Amino acid sequence: MKRSNTFFVCLLVLLTGFTASLVDVAIESGPARPQALESADLVSRLGLTDLSLFTEARYTRHPSQADIHSAFQDHPVALEHFPTGSLLQPPSGLLR
Amino acid sequence: MIALLRKQRYFIDYTLGTMMRHKGKSLGLLTVYTIIIFMLASVMLFSHAMRSEAVALLADSPEIVVQRIQAGRSVMVPADYLQRIGKLRGVTEKRGRLWGYYYDPAVKANYTVMASEQDQLSINDIVIGEGIARTRGLSIGDYLTLRSHEGKAFSFRVLRLLESESELISSDLLLMNPEGYRRLFGIDESLYTDLVLSVRNPREIQKIAEKLTLLLPDSRPILRTEILRTYESLFSWRQGVMLILLLGSVLAFVIFAWDKASGLSAEERKEIGILKAVGWETSEVMRMKFWEGVIISLMAFLIGYLAAYLHVFYTSAGLFEPVLKGWSVLYPSFQLTPSVDGLQLATLFFFTVLPYTLATIVPVWQTSITDPDLVMR
Amino acid sequence: MMLIELTDVRKAFNQGKPNEFWAIQGITTQFEVNRITCLKGASGSGKTTLMSMIGCLSRPTSGRIRLQDRTISSLPERFLTQVRRHTFGFIFQRFNLIPGLSVVENIMLPAYPLGLKASCLRSRADRLLEQFLLADKASNPVEWLSGGEAQRVAICRALINDPQILIADEPTANLDSRLSREFMSLLDQLSKAGKTVLISSHDPVVFDSPVVDRVVELEDGLVVSGEG
Repeated sequence: MKRSNTFFVCLLVLLTGFTASLVDVAIESGPARPQALESADLVSRLGLTDLSLFTEARYTRHPSQADIHSAFQDHPVALEHFPTGSLLQPPSGLLR
Repeated sequence: MIALLRKQRYFIDYTLGTMMRHKGKSLGLLTVYTIIIFMLASVMLFSHAMRSEAVALLADSPEIVVQRIQAGRSVMVPADYLQRIGKLRGVTEKRGRLWGYYYDPAVKANYTVMASEQDQLSINDIVIGEGIARTRGLSIGDYLTLRSHEGKAFSFRVLRLLESESELISSDLLLMNPEGYRRLFGIDESLYTDLVLSVRNPREIQKIAEKLTLLLPDSRPILRTEILRTYESLFSWRQGVMLILLLGSVLAFVIFAWDKASGLSAEERKEIGILKAVGWETSEVMRMKFWEGVIISLMAFLIGYLAAYLHVFYTSAGLFEPVLKGWSVLYPSFQLTPSVDGLQLATLFFFTVLPYTLATIVPVWQTSITDPDLVMR
Repeated sequence: MMLIELTDVRKAFNQGKPNEFWAIQGITTQFEVNRITCLKGASGSGKTTLMSMIGCLSRPTSGRIRLQDRTISSLPERFLTQVRRHTFGFIFQRFNLIPGLSVVENIMLPAYPLGLKASCLRSRADRLLEQFLLADKASNPVEWLSGGEAQRVAICRALINDPQILIADEPTANLDSRLSREFMSLLDQLSKAGKTVLISSHDPVVFDSPVVDRVVELEDGLVVSGEG
């Protein structure tokens, strides 16, 4: 019975971790934290519309503001020409 | 009942014993399996957390943004459009925004420059996001020189930095006085980049947008719901890139697992024969093998999920950074708020634990329904 | 008192195919309780096939096998397993111990599906280990055992569920003559303790042994001598 005991202990530890992660989620997503309020204030004060996640080019910085016919924008969801965008590097002149 | 539980415990004991016989193989399998689940769970947790973070952050973004389209291109909006809109019912506030991009050749980065009235900055002061501060090595009191539309150099003093907690939305922001903005980019007093309208009742937004397009035929209203929708689909697309990358490894694992689980070796076949000969029923042999599948896949699932959880929420998803970063120079450092989608988690569970367990049982079933007297031959 | 009764038992392999082969071609005999019976014959004479049918490991193609008052040859698989579990203990030619498990785990193996209390099962196994002088080897892996020890472990495993009948298929094939004689004396003890033993062998140490009560000789799937 030794082996199954080891297994059950491992399982218990892992399940505790699993539960802890869910508890963590519940705590963290509870009442708004001060930094969340800070961000919310910034968004409403400046009227921000996008995350500053894709800063590599002008046309990717504000995807939600792009219209249907701007460059590299077949539709608001397509940010690049896939798969060209992932196969081709930018012109070498730009990389220098 | 207790006998039944004890029985399962004996089976677990037995199957662990046989697994330990090929320690390397079992541990290798567990490791590969765990890594696969770790990657899948990371993608899942990350994209879900990112989506909910985006939705939470942008919940206060303007209800309606009005752009002007001229000859198919976005152009500046004349200030008198604010008057032309006049008093629309339901609109509580309307104002013009001034913003644009500034390419800084020194660090090859694009800044998002915005004019801010509320910060009441003097004409020489700027407020910058953490990303710019980090990339340019700026701190409060330092000067940043920007080149104007006429080629003149303007120096701005960094008055303060935006909170680092808000980096996900403010990393590349550069806020300045509206007058300074107009002077830097040579924009006339009578122009705005776009207009933002606040609407109190969300049910009126659609109506107001329709009225706007009648009132200003060359305008293009963007609703907050569209902004949020952009972010939801955006991340599923990004997620797609990672899934493509993962597909290869998942397939490799499927082949590996199939080979391990389904191709019963002569040794295992004989073992099943022995068990049946000493009085195990077919269902009991299968129960035992079921536990083998459950042990491997449950352990892999739990370890993989926990590792992914720590990876995404406590190490800022470090492994995904290169994918998301792409060509950008300014990349926000951010900590996602832990959030888990129960349905997604259940899906991951059923698409990993279940197939593996089945893959271990089915071949055993085929073997163990044959006559057990093969051990005698 | 009759224990096992065979009536015109036949067994075919690959039936209906070109390589069809009748391993048992009609055997009618009885085996009595509390005796040691040896099935003697060259390899291929059908000893093992006959034993596997008696031990509920396989079913005859035709004919009937009765165990006391039950006809076991027509029982469905599930019931066969039940019968096998409670009535028979098996000792195989190559011992067939499960590698990777310890001696005591191998011995307890047939009892796992019964879901007994761990301490109760363990003490049962310990008693057997004691009886067969294996107590100090209990937690060793079976790979470390010598041939004689492995044979004794196999006997312990066969006895863990306290079966009425022991079936030993060529039990001495992998033992030298000293160990074979030792094995026969162990069987004698078990027989005296009330077990019925069926051995198949072509080893003279076995069928000439004084402890064997009856020798049944098989040839080409038929009984040629020793019919009950």
